[in-house]
Amino acid sequence: MKNTLQCDCCQKANASVFFTQIVDGKIKKLNLCKECAVTLGFDETTSYDLAENVQGQSSSFSGLNSPFTCPICGFTQTDFKKTGRLGCSNCYTVFESHLLPMLQNMHKGTHHKGKIPARHRLRISRLQELNQLRADLEKAVKEEEYEKAAGIRDRIRSLSDLEHE
Amino acid sequence: MKPAEFLAKPSQWLIGDGPEGNIVVSSRIRFARNIKCKPFPGWGKRNERLEVLHIVWPVVENLPQMHDALSVGMDSLGMLEKQLLVERHLISREHAAKSIGSAVVITPEQTLSIMINEEDHLRIQALLGGFQLQQVFSIINQADEYLEDKLDYAFSEQLGYLTACPTNVGTGMRASAMLHLPGLFMSEQIPKIINSVNKIGLAVRGIHGEGTEAMGNLFQVSNQTTLGESEEDILNHLQKVISQIIEHEKNARLSLLEKRLNFVHDTIGRAYGILLHCASINSKEALNLLSSIKLGLDCGFFPSHFRQFIDELFIEIQPAHLQKFFNTTKLNPQERDCLRAQFIRQKLSHLPPPSFLHSSNQPPPNPQNN
Ligand SMILES: [Zn+2]
Ligand SMILES: [Zn+2]
Repeated sequence: MKNTLQCDCCQKANASVFFTQIVDGKIKKLNLCKECAVTLGFDETTSYDLAENVQGQSSSFSGLNSPFTCPICGFTQTDFKKTGRLGCSNCYTVFESHLLPMLQNMHKGTHHKGKIPARHRLRISRLQELNQLRADLEKAVKEEEYEKAAGIRDRIRSLSDLEHE
Repeated sequence: MKPAEFLAKPSQWLIGDGPEGNIVVSSRIRFARNIKCKPFPGWGKRNERLEVLHIVWPVVENLPQMHDALSVGMDSLGMLEKQLLVERHLISREHAAKSIGSAVVITPEQTLSIMINEEDHLRIQALLGGFQLQQVFSIINQADEYLEDKLDYAFSEQLGYLTACPTNVGTGMRASAMLHLPGLFMSEQIPKIINSVNKIGLAVRGIHGEGTEAMGNLFQVSNQTTLGESEEDILNHLQKVISQIIEHEKNARLSLLEKRLNFVHDTIGRAYGILLHCASINSKEALNLLSSIKLGLDCGFFPSHFRQFIDELFIEIQPAHLQKFFNTTKLNPQERDCLRAQFIRQKLSHLPPPSFLHSSNQPPPNPQNN
């Protein structure tokens, strides 16, 4: 009987490392080739830690299609394990799923409550306004207030234009 | 300003009395900041670090506060100069180890210091004497607001300021106060204090020492977490806890003077005797004895105009400062201990013996008056 599994990561090599985890109450199986397992940090010595980290996350394997390497600075999961530091600010996006549970343990919360640089303040308040307008628009349409809806749509358009400047 | 000229002046945080200056030596805040999508200094290659340096350095030098500042690349500072800056708490030990690709810019009065390409692209630090974290915050915040306008900081709506180490992400702020706690040490309450402060999520560590063993009874209390709380909340919490430690220290001193006056006299008297008559002394012993003299000053056993001499000694007896004062090449520890003893004897030659007789007939002096 020959029943070889393909690696979930590179989809090329045969998988030789197998993980089973419970994520959000569902069983998830992860089959990796040896090379990908190392790249992703799923080697034997660290698998236990990772298994713990992965649990309770909603999209724990979301990064698998793109291996955990920061496209901006080339930093990998293995580098993070080695140094405990990140490579650049973009790494926070790349390694988000691994970082969030860690940050939760490390800090009082996972949402910044402090100062916001002025240039981001404008953007963030614009985003908040956009979200509000979209909700208003939906409501106006539902209530068949088409004139009001058109006004809101114009406002959304002009805000979105600013956003893409 | 040239390093030699800069280093000839004392640090302002060391001179004069800040609020609660008897117990709180200094208040310090640092912000960690980075430039968007540029490799952090520890990961970037040499040319990438230089690129960041070339973006950041001119902007930092243009800060209004940095008029007439010391502004120097770490590759053009000598070992001794770097060490002097470390001993004055103006740069970190890590930064002193840096060379090409890193720089430091410090205001002439030495209250605002900006390290470029330390662990983060920018480490902004403000430092004042005494207990005044709010004032320190307004100094550092003013600099930060100028810089954020000119530089594209790495910032995420969810995680705040993005830093090389995840322990600093969020506000990127570490606020701390250096406390002189001889009363709590003499009444053996330090472990208890450290324990309870740690329990509420703040860090306490001895200066120059590890854990409960602190040289000169100097302890630094700081926030440990940076994400999920605003700067204001962090500062308020820290201030509340430090105020409580100050109260405990005051009570410990009062109770020592009330119940163990002879022990206090003995400790201070011995410190005086050794410091004025030693021929060789290492920095740990010197700092511990100076701590007793400082306590004596707070209790009114020495004339108050000696306070500045004593406070300065805490810095001046450290290796680089001694080497600079005696204008010698690098010293071995034995030579250094001899020169340290000589230096202290010189500096304290006019300090009169503690006046215990005068004060022991009176009610215990208030060890702290604002
Ligand atoms: Zn694979
Ligand atoms: Zn990166």
